[in-house]
Amino acid sequence: MRGADHTHDHDHEHEHDHEHGHGHVGSTLSPLELRVRALETVLTQKGYIDPAALDVLIDTYQTQIGPRNGAQVVARAWSDVEFRRWLLEDATAAIASLGFSGRQGEHMVAVENTPQLHNMVVCTLCSCYPLPILGLPPIWYKSAPYRARAVRDPRGVLKDFGVELPDSTRIRVWDSTAEVRYLVLPQRPAGSEHLSARQLAELVTRDSMIGTGVALRPGSAGATRASP
Amino acid sequence: MNYYSNADLGGQEGHGPVRQEQDEPLFHAPWESRVLALCVAMGATGLWNIDTSRAARETLPDYRKLSYYQIWLAALEKLLVQSGAVQAEEITQGRSVHAALPTRGVLHAQEVAAVLARGTPTARQSNSPARYARGQWVHTRAEVPQHHTRLPGYARGKRGVIERVHGPHVFADAHARGLGEQAQWLYTVAFDEQELWGGNRSAQQSRVSVDVWESYLEPA
Repeated sequence: MRGADHTHDHDHEHEHDHEHGHGHVGSTLSPLELRVRALETVLTQKGYIDPAALDVLIDTYQTQIGPRNGAQVVARAWSDVEFRRWLLEDATAAIASLGFSGRQGEHMVAVENTPQLHNMVVCTLCSCYPLPILGLPPIWYKSAPYRARAVRDPRGVLKDFGVELPDSTRIRVWDSTAEVRYLVLPQRPAGSEHLSARQLAELVTRDSMIGTGVALRPGSAGATRASP
Repeated sequence: MNYYSNADLGGQEGHGPVRQEQDEPLFHAPWESRVLALCVAMGATGLWNIDTSRAARETLPDYRKLSYYQIWLAALEKLLVQSGAVQAEEITQGRSVHAALPTRGVLHAQEVAAVLARGTPTARQSNSPARYARGQWVHTRAEVPQHHTRLPGYARGKRGVIERVHGPHVFADAHARGLGEQAQWLYTVAFDEQELWGGNRSAQQSRVSVDVWESYLEPA
């Protein structure tokens, strides 16, 4: 997987002047940029795609769909006992009631962290991820080290993320090998009792909903800015 | 011809630590976002399905050398040629020469929100009852299928317990091969770490589960 990372960096170096291409496609574009443009041209000419739909898709994943959606779900579960119960019983319906549903979140299951049990989600076979509530997965989630080790050495992976759990906490890893997608409901941090749902949502990091992190504590460094 | 998935990474040693990227951008180059959008848009044509796509990706010979969206791109090109939607020389030349195949439809900009919100549910109705119940012990099949499958290698031939019964779902193995949906009951099966990896690490008990279709299982 070093290879993949390397390839990635390599591509990256060649992408800095991507905006120049409209009049003079060629010298300033990387081979990959050219290859994708050529493919898009063929598919458009054949009538398989509408290029305007591509723009909307990209914009949607860049601006509409991301981990702030999931944070709203978690904050609601922390502050509303009935919603929490519904989420743990029928996550698909509970999450849809907040407006999040669809592609790669068609069948949702929420799993709850407790002092005794820590849940962590992986897709060892590809990169299955609950897109409607977490957006597009980070590179590490798709990388060989995470996919290889999450099932075999979850405690070691958690250490890579700076998370140390008590030995008495059992770890449960969910390998999402079919079309069920998992949301980890992190433990509500101490000292958050007085916070509103909006303030609670700011404590919910992306990683805490995958299980490679825990929720931020109120007043901690990360809690004041938008967390990843 | 042997079927081999290059994507079945669970449990492999030697990949090193998980490395996070600080302030990771959503895309690392404009072409990556374009590839993602092309793949989603082509999904709407119905020329193939998500399981066909996964099979196309995991069997790329250079899977492990490619970056994530390079894998998507290479598999998209492969699927286009395989399905007859595009000829290889059209991809090389960057222009359409041959007639297009009929498709289920084209994804238009104004439909994107609704199509994403609807998704592609895989749950199905079934008249046949579930063979297994929660709490029941099962063995996963040990043989290696010569086609796309969703039972990871590390969970083959292992003893586990049914934890959740999800209902019938489109069967990925059949769907990937163009054999229709052939929906089967889907289960979450959980394994003790000793069962998967051997050893005795009871002090740091962990369990791993996979979501598997009924035909992957036998009563234990």
